[in-house]
Amino acid sequence: MNKPNSYRSGPDERGHFGIFGGRFVAETLMPLILDLEKAYTAAKADPAFHAEMKGYLRDYVGRPSPLYFAERLTEHLGGAKIYLKREELNHTGAHKVNNVLGQIMVARRMGKKRIIAETGAGQHGVATATLCARFGLECIVYMGAVDVARQAPNVFRMEMLGAKVVPVQSGTRTLKDAMNEALRDWVTNVHNTFYCIGTVAGPHPYPMMVRDFQCVIGEETRTQMQEAEGRLPDSLVACIGGGSNAIGLFHPFLDDPSVEIFGVEAAGHGLTQLHAASIAGGRPGVLHGNRTYLLMDADGQIQDAHSISAGLDYPGIGPEHSWLHEVGRVNYLSATDDEALDAFLLLSRLEGIPPALESAHAIAKVMELAPKRPKDHLMVVNLSGRGDKDIPQISEILKGRKQ
Amino acid sequence: MTTRIDTRFAELKKEGRSAFVTYVMAGDPDLATSLEIVKALPKAGSDVIELGIPFTDPMADGPSIQAAGLRALKGGMTLKKTLDLVRAFRKDDNFTPLVLMGYYNPIYIYGVDKFLADARTAGVDGLIIVDLPPEEDDELCIPALKAGLNFIRLATPTTDDKRLPAVLANTSGFVYYVSIAGITGAAAADANAVGEAVARIKRHTQLPICVGFGIRTPEAARAIAEKADGSVVGTALVDALKNSLDSEGRATAKTVNAVAELTAALAQGVKGAKQAAE
Repeated sequence: MNKPNSYRSGPDERGHFGIFGGRFVAETLMPLILDLEKAYTAAKADPAFHAEMKGYLRDYVGRPSPLYFAERLTEHLGGAKIYLKREELNHTGAHKVNNVLGQIMVARRMGKKRIIAETGAGQHGVATATLCARFGLECIVYMGAVDVARQAPNVFRMEMLGAKVVPVQSGTRTLKDAMNEALRDWVTNVHNTFYCIGTVAGPHPYPMMVRDFQCVIGEETRTQMQEAEGRLPDSLVACIGGGSNAIGLFHPFLDDPSVEIFGVEAAGHGLTQLHAASIAGGRPGVLHGNRTYLLMDADGQIQDAHSISAGLDYPGIGPEHSWLHEVGRVNYLSATDDEALDAFLLLSRLEGIPPALESAHAIAKVMELAPKRPKDHLMVVNLSGRGDKDIPQISEILKGRKQ
Repeated sequence: MTTRIDTRFAELKKEGRSAFVTYVMAGDPDLATSLEIVKALPKAGSDVIELGIPFTDPMADGPSIQAAGLRALKGGMTLKKTLDLVRAFRKDDNFTPLVLMGYYNPIYIYGVDKFLADARTAGVDGLIIVDLPPEEDDELCIPALKAGLNFIRLATPTTDDKRLPAVLANTSGFVYYVSIAGITGAAAADANAVGEAVARIKRHTQLPICVGFGIRTPEAARAIAEKADGSVVGTALVDALKNSLDSEGRATAKTVNAVAELTAALAQGVKGAKQAAE
């Protein structure tokens, strides 16, 4: 494949990143998707929109999030100098709020009063419930019944914030089925409803719009690293389910060839067993409005994903990641459930920061990559969410390990 | 090019009646029973058959058709076997139009060119692919038309006059008007609103217009038949099938008849309709 002039110019006007992306949706939704594209394009060009976003990002979300030098982790691993981008310190405890704020601002401009969302770990659901409370909007969150059980603290939080959480019983009862159910709601209530998608997937313009809202992560990192070290970082590491925290960190650095970039998928029990690593174990197909790498069988039926982390438990990945993989700009690695759990414990004990199980996948690969790099190598890892929500699940697993 | 679909609608126009279109899921609950059901449909009064391609993630379908797809997949159904089913049906019936309805991914994975060639040979007349709007016509619609298959587009209550020409541009065979904003089997369609919508679409096309989503009874089918060139029933037939299964979800001696009897009752409803106003 030819090297493009810029890795940051996509998608094209039809929403394609190479062969990936597009608008594979039912006709009922198509007019609304075109309206959304128009509304987002107008917002993007409107300085008032950006000023409003900036105000809420600072005073409500708490941005900029710190870029923190993880001194003890660096010492322990004995190689690269490791910085954590502290997205877990945002209001609601993850990077998800950056995107939700943007979409809610767009929904308000479109006059939509009913917001629906899908959620896996519950972080996107919590962020959506939070901003709906703040702006007085009705909020319905679809969540797989399996995830409702393993992420109970976030379910309580959403309900406390006034959202209605609908446990989804169809299919595998995880994130992909929550997304199917949200799409079914949207088809049914298309006139008054805004679908707030939680990741860089779905039909165009979602992958582009969500990416744009998450790019604040990488843009801040650039400035903060300049202030701390007077130069660009040498490498970036982030976990990937759909891939919104990763693209947000990566995108502003895609055209800096000196920056090595690593995305970490969830390898579950291992790549030869049940896992959620679409790039490592999948191939291009069409689901949820876009063409991208998917886990599926020989007949094109979507396969069950598995990850210890509900937020990564999805058989696909954002289409821009599929493209970045094919053009070779980003290296996609994977970490198993066990590796993520070890990373969770290590970061908790060395830095006093329990990461979300999702983000622990990125830490797991830092544990492999950092020791092989020189001491003047600057490595940034996106700490996309905090681990509080995972503590009940982890304590169960650790109890099991002891026995 | 004239397909079985074109011929059938021309015949019905001569007879002065509206078409009765039936939807069942291929391989539900197993391949052999499903073939018997498809064979029984024309005898029971179905003018056009829509055959669902099972898919794990049918985002526009309600619980009944979702479950039908999962039953078929559990029974080992694939796209290749769906084409085998069509081929077996065509041994005895070379007239009833047959349309495959489903989602794009299984076709994309099968390979578009190979699929179109195999579908044509098997005796498929047209395709309805829910997640391929006109914006993605290059994927399958244009190649299908070149291969001699009709590509039947869905028009919906959200498809306004400005958008209709784009939706109709590469549509052939008939137009499938989705009578409600929603998923299959959800709400009932209001016949008067449907009449207005059909009249609106007719201002943009000469193609026959069939109406589906939300039609469950002979009375409802008759009301729609008076307003449109055809009415489509799916969920009600799938439910009749499901209610005939044993507790393990397997076919019983009643299964084929359960679908055939409801088809016959619905067909009577359609045939009792006054001719749609031209």
